[in-house]
Amino acid sequence: MFAAQAAGGSALSFPILTTLVLVPALGGILTILTSNRRPESTKFVALVASTVTAGLSIWLLSSFETADAGFQFVSQHPWIRDWGIGWHVGVDGISLFLVVLTGLLFPLVIAGIDPHHDHKRYLGWMLVLEAGVMGSFISLDLFLFFLFFEIVLVPMYFLIGGWGYDQRVYAATKFFLYTMFGSAFMLVGIVATAVLAKNSLGYVTFDLVQLAEGAEFAASSGRWLFMAFAIAFAVKVPLFPLHTWLPDAHTQAPTGGSVILAGVLLKLGTYGFLRFGLYLFPEASVWVRPLFLTLAVIGILWGAIAATMQKDLKRLVAYSSVAHLGFIVLGTFAFTSQALTGSVMQMVNHGISTGALFLLVGMIYERRQTREISQLTGLQAVAPIFAAAFMVVMLSSIGVPGLNGFVGEFLILIGSFGNARWWVVIGATGVILAALYLLWAYQRVFHGEPDEDNKSFAELRPREGILLLSFIAPIILMGVFPKPMLERIEPSVKALVAHVETNVGRGFEFEKKDIAPVVHSGTNPSETENKDDEGHGG
Amino acid sequence: MLDVVWLIPALPLAGFLLLVLFGRRLNEPRAGYLAAATCGGAFVVTVLAFFDMLSKSGQQRSHVVEVFSWIPVGSLEVKMAFLADPLSITMALFVTGIGTLIHLYAVGYMHGDPKFSKFFIYLNLFAFSMLMLVLGENLLVTFLGWEGVGTCSYFLISFWHTRESAATAGKKAFVTNRVGDWGVMTAMFLAFASVGTLSYKGINDAAIGGSLSHVTATAIALMLFIGACGKSAQLPLYIWLPDAMEGPTPVSALIHAATMVTAGVFLMTRMNPVIHEAYTWAPMIIAVVGAATALFAATIAVAQNDVKKVLAYSTVSQLGYMFLAVGSGAYIAAIFHMITHAFFKALLFLGSGSVIHGMHHEQDMRRMGALRKLMPVTAVTFIVGWLAIAGVPPFAGFWSKDEILLYVYANNRGLYVVGLVTALLTAYYMTRQVIMVFFGEARWNDHSEEHGAHGDFKPHESPRIMLLPLVVLAGLSIVGGALQLPFTKDLHFLEKWLEPVVEHGEAYIKGSWAYDNKYLLMGVAIVVAVAGIVVAVGVYDKKKLKAVEPEILANGWFYDRLVSNFMGGPGRRAFDAVAWADANVVDGAVRGTGVAVRSTSGIVRKLQSGFVRAYAAVIALAVLLMLVWFVYRGIA
Repeated sequence: MFAAQAAGGSALSFPILTTLVLVPALGGILTILTSNRRPESTKFVALVASTVTAGLSIWLLSSFETADAGFQFVSQHPWIRDWGIGWHVGVDGISLFLVVLTGLLFPLVIAGIDPHHDHKRYLGWMLVLEAGVMGSFISLDLFLFFLFFEIVLVPMYFLIGGWGYDQRVYAATKFFLYTMFGSAFMLVGIVATAVLAKNSLGYVTFDLVQLAEGAEFAASSGRWLFMAFAIAFAVKVPLFPLHTWLPDAHTQAPTGGSVILAGVLLKLGTYGFLRFGLYLFPEASVWVRPLFLTLAVIGILWGAIAATMQKDLKRLVAYSSVAHLGFIVLGTFAFTSQALTGSVMQMVNHGISTGALFLLVGMIYERRQTREISQLTGLQAVAPIFAAAFMVVMLSSIGVPGLNGFVGEFLILIGSFGNARWWVVIGATGVILAALYLLWAYQRVFHGEPDEDNKSFAELRPREGILLLSFIAPIILMGVFPKPMLERIEPSVKALVAHVETNVGRGFEFEKKDIAPVVHSGTNPSETENKDDEGHGG
Repeated sequence: MLDVVWLIPALPLAGFLLLVLFGRRLNEPRAGYLAAATCGGAFVVTVLAFFDMLSKSGQQRSHVVEVFSWIPVGSLEVKMAFLADPLSITMALFVTGIGTLIHLYAVGYMHGDPKFSKFFIYLNLFAFSMLMLVLGENLLVTFLGWEGVGTCSYFLISFWHTRESAATAGKKAFVTNRVGDWGVMTAMFLAFASVGTLSYKGINDAAIGGSLSHVTATAIALMLFIGACGKSAQLPLYIWLPDAMEGPTPVSALIHAATMVTAGVFLMTRMNPVIHEAYTWAPMIIAVVGAATALFAATIAVAQNDVKKVLAYSTVSQLGYMFLAVGSGAYIAAIFHMITHAFFKALLFLGSGSVIHGMHHEQDMRRMGALRKLMPVTAVTFIVGWLAIAGVPPFAGFWSKDEILLYVYANNRGLYVVGLVTALLTAYYMTRQVIMVFFGEARWNDHSEEHGAHGDFKPHESPRIMLLPLVVLAGLSIVGGALQLPFTKDLHFLEKWLEPVVEHGEAYIKGSWAYDNKYLLMGVAIVVAVAGIVVAVGVYDKKKLKAVEPEILANGWFYDRLVSNFMGGPGRRAFDAVAWADANVVDGAVRGTGVAVRSTSGIVRKLQSGFVRAYAAVIALAVLLMLVWFVYRGIA
């Protein structure tokens, strides 16, 4: 059903996805070409390019066929025919909201946060970054994906290294080398996949859909290939224990860079697991399940505990990302439609709420020139509206029902419980820790009497207010009425689950299992007979 | 009328939204009146719904109103839906009723507070959440309310956030409650995994129909009970409630006495068929924890000197009573006691608030005394509350407590003795409080300078808007017992009303020794209550006996200190160890690799500073070239 391609897609003849990459890319080039003496025109160009992209992504959202599980808005052109490499792009329910999030996040960051120097290059890199991220989310060709995945590194490296804080060069280098290390494995994996697939396909291709639907790998080689991809994605997520580049990169990145990094960049990892890991190597992903579930749960707890003890507010938020992304990975390897839908939604949720947290921390730094928690106190007394905004975003991050974070987290946990019970029971304690580290930080920063240094902390300015409101509105909306989003994600996720199940065979039926009765230890005969009635057949 | 049951939570929600937008402009006292009006409106709707339901019979009294589909994914279908049935309407009645009274009271109590309107924002949000909790059609809507009340509780406990102790208490409440929430969430996962739905009806029907295994039912019941221990402040998670007294007193009355803390009892009652299906040791655990908490907290209350702390520990103790009832299968008695307790404990808290208000924020009972002459209304109503909680007939508390004890006796005589001792202590410490505050010598003049009053410091009676709720609640504390009088079957109004809800789980004690001798048990209860009062009078009024207030009780058996010492000591060190390991072991390995690579590669070392930059530039260039080529190939 993934092979539906253009047939199942929309009727749009306009190559909207290609445009979504081209507009920011061209915008980036145009930005660089603007005059140095007129910074406002530079910003104008960047704003127009990113706003047009945002408009296009909204258009994409509105023309998306809700019930269609396959790829939509597909455009496909051969590129290197001999190797079967092509410009093959499309979106389905899994990538749709990531594309939209990317489209909307960039103009907000560009409009709302000004770099301290060198606007032109900053904005240029931002737009190149946007093109790279967009391309990664829509690529349906392994080679194309790798290309975009690597493109993303470059502007991010320069953004951290050029506009970051004191330790920026160390952090940027670490980020770059660490991610390159993962990518190297993926490159080998991609080439090997194409070569090995030739055995069953009869020709060489890098096309994702053809490989996933047609190629067959021996179990052992499939597992090796999966691991090659998985290392790249695990670094990007980042999954414990490959996460230590993240706190440095986040802390040292300029606010805009942190927002983008948390908002969309990390999702390249979790998205990669879904799109390339599970889809290409179903057997292997079932095989590694225990390992990844365990790492995910360790990440949830480890990230939360480490976050609790951080002295730097931005570092604390960075570690909270490790915990949150642990939830997403947990849901990814549960193989049920609830858990996977939850994971996809949580990718977007985390982008919004953690993005907003980084924004808020950035605003604190702008005012106080410090992020040390011990230097901040009593801010709620002097800036109650600022504190209220922080509170709402924080509650979303904690996962309070009624806000977006809860829906994703809950779906992940309830969907995983059926076949990963103990991992869920342990992982769910992360919700306690989330309350602990965030509320403790909030208490130290916002509660209490403001001292001399914090007395003049400025209240939220209108421009900042509007910026934050555009994060807070979806936080509430997606928490109260997530249905429109869920019903677009679900069909594709269901198809993916079915794909995994049919390819794995051997009775791996996670989707059915998730509503099967709890395994009873001391059941009497009459209960065993009732087992069938207990599961309400999906 | 039952179709518009969604209006009940919607009205406080509307009040909340209006106050968020216009609260500052409305300011004092209009913001307070607006909040009270929305809560009062919800009360009116609830009353109408109640009469509508009364006109129906049996099964028709259970009515589901679906608003929209909330979280639908695959076989999971969670609706934003309300369940109007006798239990939820009963809860909604006293939540909105007492809520409205406390809103009014707060208009007087919060007078002059710079954050006056903000207080009512939180209060309305709380009322909304609490009503979602009780009216939810499924566990998840209830959980939305459950977390909502927890969040509001956090806001309101740390309302005076510049005070360190208030901020800490708020955080403690939230985090401790989250431990319980973990239990509730796990219970939901279990329910969905075994029944495939989260709706109460679906789960309870599965339990009644026998398709829920004993193991699963036990697991669900105990997980929910962990949640109940958090929200309803039972051992070992009660520690947040005494600290929660840092919040303004109306909050203590509404949230930490009358409504939110009873949520656990409500949830257990809602799921009573599941508890019934659990292994018998599961309800036994509930009963034992309840009894232990009741006794434990009562002993602590005996030695407290803060007027609100006495009531806080008393609340913990009375909630223990309710769980003792739940564990004994006496759900109706539990709800009965929940209602009467809401009346008299809200009354006592508001009364103590009136005292604190009149004493210029003095809370130490050792500095009070003889206030009955200066605060006559407060004193009289407080005395009514005291008689009700002490278990003196015909006040409300007597009847509900008596019914619980009756069921407990039939279930387990050991626990009955614990209940009886608790009743004795309750009568004792409440008498002690009444004497210390309202009788004896006036001790406040000795400390008048500390209150910032010059010359004559004179406590004063509170304004009318604060006294009105006291009078109403005192009236309810007197007659509340009429809901369920034990004399004849015709007088069991609450039982008849709630019967459809607890049909399956309610214990059946007719024919037991306890049932046949219920008047004897009633006599015992009266004797115990009177004994407690007499001893306390002997100690604190007549001074014939020496007061027993050992250090260990004043410090709550050092349990709280033990927990915080653990958290601040080994707990914190363990967390620090993880953070250290992250920086030095996990990241250390990464840096070690980096150093190793660098030292083995001389060329790279030389190019170190420019290396990555150059590499990035090469990649960028290569990518650009490839793109150009692609565009070229694409066109061609």
